[in-house]
Amino acid sequence: MSLRGPLRVFVPVVLALTVGGLILLVLGKDPIGYYSYVMERSLLRWGGAQETLTRMAPLLLIAAGLIVAFRSGIWNLGGDGQFLLAAVASAALAPALIGGVPRGVTLVLCMLAGSLVGLVWSLLPAVLKSRYGINEIITTLMMSFLGTSFANVLIKLVLRDPGTTVPQTRSLAVDDRLPRLFGTTIHSGLLLAMLAVVGVHLMMTRTAFGLRLQVLGANRAAAVHAGYRVERLTIAAFALSAALIGLAGAVEVLGVWGSVRADWNPALGLLVVPLVFLARFNGYAVIGFTLFFSALMVGGESAARRVGVPQHFVLVLVALLLLFLGLVEYLDQGRRKAAGT
Amino acid sequence: MGGLLTEPFLVSLLYGAVTAGMPLLLAGLGEQMSEKAGVLNIGLEGMMLVGAYTGFVAAYHSGSFWLGYLAGGLGGMLTALIVLLLCIRRGLNQIVIGIAITVGAEGLTSLLHYVQFSRSYPRLAAAPVLALPLLRDVPVLGRGLFSHNLLVYLAVALVFALSWMYRSTYLGLSLEAAGNQPAALDAAGVDVVHTRSLAVLCTGFLAGLGGAYLANVGAGIFVPFMTGGAGVIGIVLAMLARGRPLMVMVGAALFGASLAMTTALQVAGIDIPTDVVQMLPFAVVMAVLVVFGRHSMLPSALGTPYTRGER
Amino acid sequence: MSIVAALSGITKRYPGVVALDAVSLEFHAGEVHVLLGENGAGKSTLVSVLAGMQQPDEGTVIIGGNPLRIASPRHSIQLGIGTVFQRPSLVLSLTVIENLMLGGSWLRRLARAAALRRFRELATLLGTHLDPDAPLAGLSLGEQQQVEIMRALWRDAKLLLLDEPTSMLTPQGVADLGRMMRNLRDRGVALILITHKLGEAYEFGDRISVLRLGKVAGGIDPEALVAMEESGRTATIIRLMFGLEAGEAATTAGGHAAELAILLGRKIHGPAVVDRSQPPVLRVREASTRAEFAETPLRKVSFELWSSEVLGIAGVDGNGQKHLAEMIAGQRAVHGGALELGGIDITQGGVPERRGRGVRYVTDDRLGEGTVGALPVATNLVLKEVGAPPWWHHGITDWAAIHAHARVLIERNDIRTPSALTPAGKLSGGNVQKVLLARELDAEARVAILNKPTHGLDLHNQRLALDRIGTAAARGVALLVISTDLDELIEISDRIGVMFGGRLAGIVDNDAGAIDRVRRLMTGAGAT
Ligand SMILES: Nc1ncnc2c1ncn2[C@@H]1O[C@H](COP(=O)(O)OP(=O)(O)O)[C@@H](O)[C@H]1O
Ligand SMILES: [Mg+2]
Repeated sequence: MSLRGPLRVFVPVVLALTVGGLILLVLGKDPIGYYSYVMERSLLRWGGAQETLTRMAPLLLIAAGLIVAFRSGIWNLGGDGQFLLAAVASAALAPALIGGVPRGVTLVLCMLAGSLVGLVWSLLPAVLKSRYGINEIITTLMMSFLGTSFANVLIKLVLRDPGTTVPQTRSLAVDDRLPRLFGTTIHSGLLLAMLAVVGVHLMMTRTAFGLRLQVLGANRAAAVHAGYRVERLTIAAFALSAALIGLAGAVEVLGVWGSVRADWNPALGLLVVPLVFLARFNGYAVIGFTLFFSALMVGGESAARRVGVPQHFVLVLVALLLLFLGLVEYLDQGRRKAAGT
Repeated sequence: MGGLLTEPFLVSLLYGAVTAGMPLLLAGLGEQMSEKAGVLNIGLEGMMLVGAYTGFVAAYHSGSFWLGYLAGGLGGMLTALIVLLLCIRRGLNQIVIGIAITVGAEGLTSLLHYVQFSRSYPRLAAAPVLALPLLRDVPVLGRGLFSHNLLVYLAVALVFALSWMYRSTYLGLSLEAAGNQPAALDAAGVDVVHTRSLAVLCTGFLAGLGGAYLANVGAGIFVPFMTGGAGVIGIVLAMLARGRPLMVMVGAALFGASLAMTTALQVAGIDIPTDVVQMLPFAVVMAVLVVFGRHSMLPSALGTPYTRGER
Repeated sequence: MSIVAALSGITKRYPGVVALDAVSLEFHAGEVHVLLGENGAGKSTLVSVLAGMQQPDEGTVIIGGNPLRIASPRHSIQLGIGTVFQRPSLVLSLTVIENLMLGGSWLRRLARAAALRRFRELATLLGTHLDPDAPLAGLSLGEQQQVEIMRALWRDAKLLLLDEPTSMLTPQGVADLGRMMRNLRDRGVALILITHKLGEAYEFGDRISVLRLGKVAGGIDPEALVAMEESGRTATIIRLMFGLEAGEAATTAGGHAAELAILLGRKIHGPAVVDRSQPPVLRVREASTRAEFAETPLRKVSFELWSSEVLGIAGVDGNGQKHLAEMIAGQRAVHGGALELGGIDITQGGVPERRGRGVRYVTDDRLGEGTVGALPVATNLVLKEVGAPPWWHHGITDWAAIHAHARVLIERNDIRTPSALTPAGKLSGGNVQKVLLARELDAEARVAILNKPTHGLDLHNQRLALDRIGTAAARGVALLVISTDLDELIEISDRIGVMFGGRLAGIVDNDAGAIDRVRRLMTGAGAT
């Protein structure tokens, strides 16, 4: 079992890279050159490695939020809306507060505000699901669209910084952003994100609340039968999930960008979903997948400029990885079944 | 400054609504068929995107819109083959594979576009228009609704054909059973895997066709990520329509109108951010759910793979 | 008599088990062939092979003299085999006639008129009175069963397989089914009937075969069956089912058989231990519940339940039994009326409060709501205690304590599971029920409701479950046992109440004339 774990991931990674390499060959690019460039750029060079780690922060926080939801049987696919609105809220709040209160207080308040906004944006789907059993895939997707547009409306009509030509919120000075870790360029949001993922994992596996959520996710009727307050649990899971995703938005703004431009939408919500699945909703495993993904993103972006392979090739790799991971898992299950274990 | 009820505004709104609603309609109808049969096709967006790409390439090289449609449909279908092989036959998770398809299609079509078109950005000529005799002379409606590409009228006919098929054929019954109680369908001697495969291939074809229309007629050009969430809206429409094709059309019209509204408002010289208008249909649907919200009626086996004889 | 179908050396393996082990059997036209055997003996697997749902690893099926492989359910239907599966297989969102029409070729229009003609033909043959346009979800389980049989016969089956068709049926439903089977047999159809009730086997069967651990352990052919006394048949069957040598006395053999013999011979629960001079433990006064879709609510139900008493609740399924159980358990709100436990009003509380006071509920929906199949047995054993000491301290889980507790319960209750960490969904039906009984009939139980505690269990597990009920009563637990099996209630109850249309139509003492009075109450007629 312990040997099979790494293999389960290693084989698909190799397959995905191989098929991806073939595609590059067909397009007349040099796969070895591309891969070695990506790896060197995103992991081996100190600057790139810092960037890779910085990228992980929002991914991990979103993953934490999704783990809570998915383990509770709730398909929160509205991450993008929750993320963006939270980002806008903290971007609006931070420059306004920073003059009046100390930096630490500002940052904490902004993160709380972000979480709260994410949470609020999930309430409607949560209530509709717990009260009327309305499928949350539809409602969260719709709230996500609604949220993305609403964020733009806010930036363009309400929060717009008059000093810029492109509509965007007022900017938080670099010195006022989340503190860097030990003299690197990595901001402390990464630490928070790691804590969140591990915390969520422990909560799901080692507390009464987590077990109730798992029961809810695995068999709702059993939760009712066992006397859990199912409506409250549903709303709590939704709220926690969206608050973590909201926190991701806040951290990204407070740590990296300092402001939000109109039409900015990194659309991480849907990208993290497969990572969480691949990790089988396991908090520790998700850290590894996030690192891999983050490195690909960072390396792939600069490869676009250097090696002439567009950045979106990374998406092809991710898709291939998903397909092969799924396939390998399936074959493995088949083998285990046949072996009768 | 024009008013809101002027002819140019209304014509532009109606015309734009149809053009913007068409891809949603086709994709929504396709998704509906999969969902009826119990398959959640989260990869709809990817199928549309592939269809948009293959459809554009075919139309561009052949000069024929019909070949473009055909290629778009086939492109979508080929993408759906992944769902068929991995999810229906092998029982892999439909959400994961669906997202993989969308992500992969986004990457692959961007890549191909980069290699082929990023220097030239070629455009297609305007799509041929069939103005319906008599109806085309009706003021406003004539130019807004009855002067479109032939595919538009075919799509409307398809709505009614599908309604009839679901209600009155054995296939309709089989699809319904595959989505609600696949074991019962199997026991009745109908192969669940075949039924679902058929549904998913049709979904792929329709989504690809929608993509091709979007690229060839709607935009006249292929650009990366051009579906911009149309597939996701298609999924939402299919889920809201509760199995009725006519409701998909109503929904597609609503969303199409809101997408067209921005252009129409510009025509009318009114400056409201696009985002405000784009929020409207979602806000309306959410409000409807809150007010009339009762249990959504999704097929009970939606998203669950079926393997014969498995416990 | 001609052989319609035969199995020759059929072997079917699943990971870790040989479900069928070189099984050879023949099925004759115009005969009801009863298959008996414990849970897991391989009966349903045999049905699956004939229905084309599973492919045997070895052996052949012989139909009309030709050896062949049944490749798919469609093939099976074409060969003239009709199947009523153990698990209901109808589409609840469709109507009766739509369910029956399933399976026509895709591109054709629905041939409704022809289907209705066939429907009427079968309705006459089977003597049923169903509305072809009724949505299936609105039908009772018995009526749904009739639709299943119609579907199985739709294409002129020569061989009809019925896998535990009576387990959901009321006595009336069973009698109706018996009549249908006789009709079909007289028209030359070969029938295979699987059941756990020996009485049904004797009443409907022409020939009996017993499966044990995937092998044909033996059987009783028609001539012998007619010649034998009932006690002789039972002795033979039990001997075959549990693998004893002929003549071996059941009590000297080890394992199941000995246990079963003891259980069969023992009176589970005797009267006269109930002390009615004490105040009752549970008092239900004019309690009602609110109606929900396709469910019968309770209407002003009143009764009292004493310590050590077993109150049986009889009645046709769907007359409010489920609401009664859920209302007492706290899973369903009381609308009007009151509940008192040991003199304290508990009308308002939910499941945790009631459970805290000693109310326990063993649901009939063991996998649907009783357990979480994906979670380990150990977790399922504390499912209703989540958050409470000694297994949780300030909300933090003490897994070591939970697993230790589970191992004790597994040992004490003889729960057959590979380990405490095995997902509950992997256990057999009988063992899932043991998990539920262990969880609910614990030391702190004061009032326990058991909904159909023996439903779907084999003979051995049925007796074990009833034995647990008797033991609990002897410890002083007050028990409410809901069942559609009258014989079972007569055996274990002190008093029997009858539910009809959401009301408690009456409660009768369990004495000599009880069964007739209960039957009368079940039809809605008055008690005396
Ligand atoms: N689909 C399956 N996969 C794995 N094991 C199975 C499956 N079906 C049945 N079994 C196993 O085969 C044996 C026989 O089961 P079954 O035929 O259902 O017994 P019965 O109907 O007599 O209760 C049991 O041990 C059961 O666990
Ligand atoms: Mg069985």
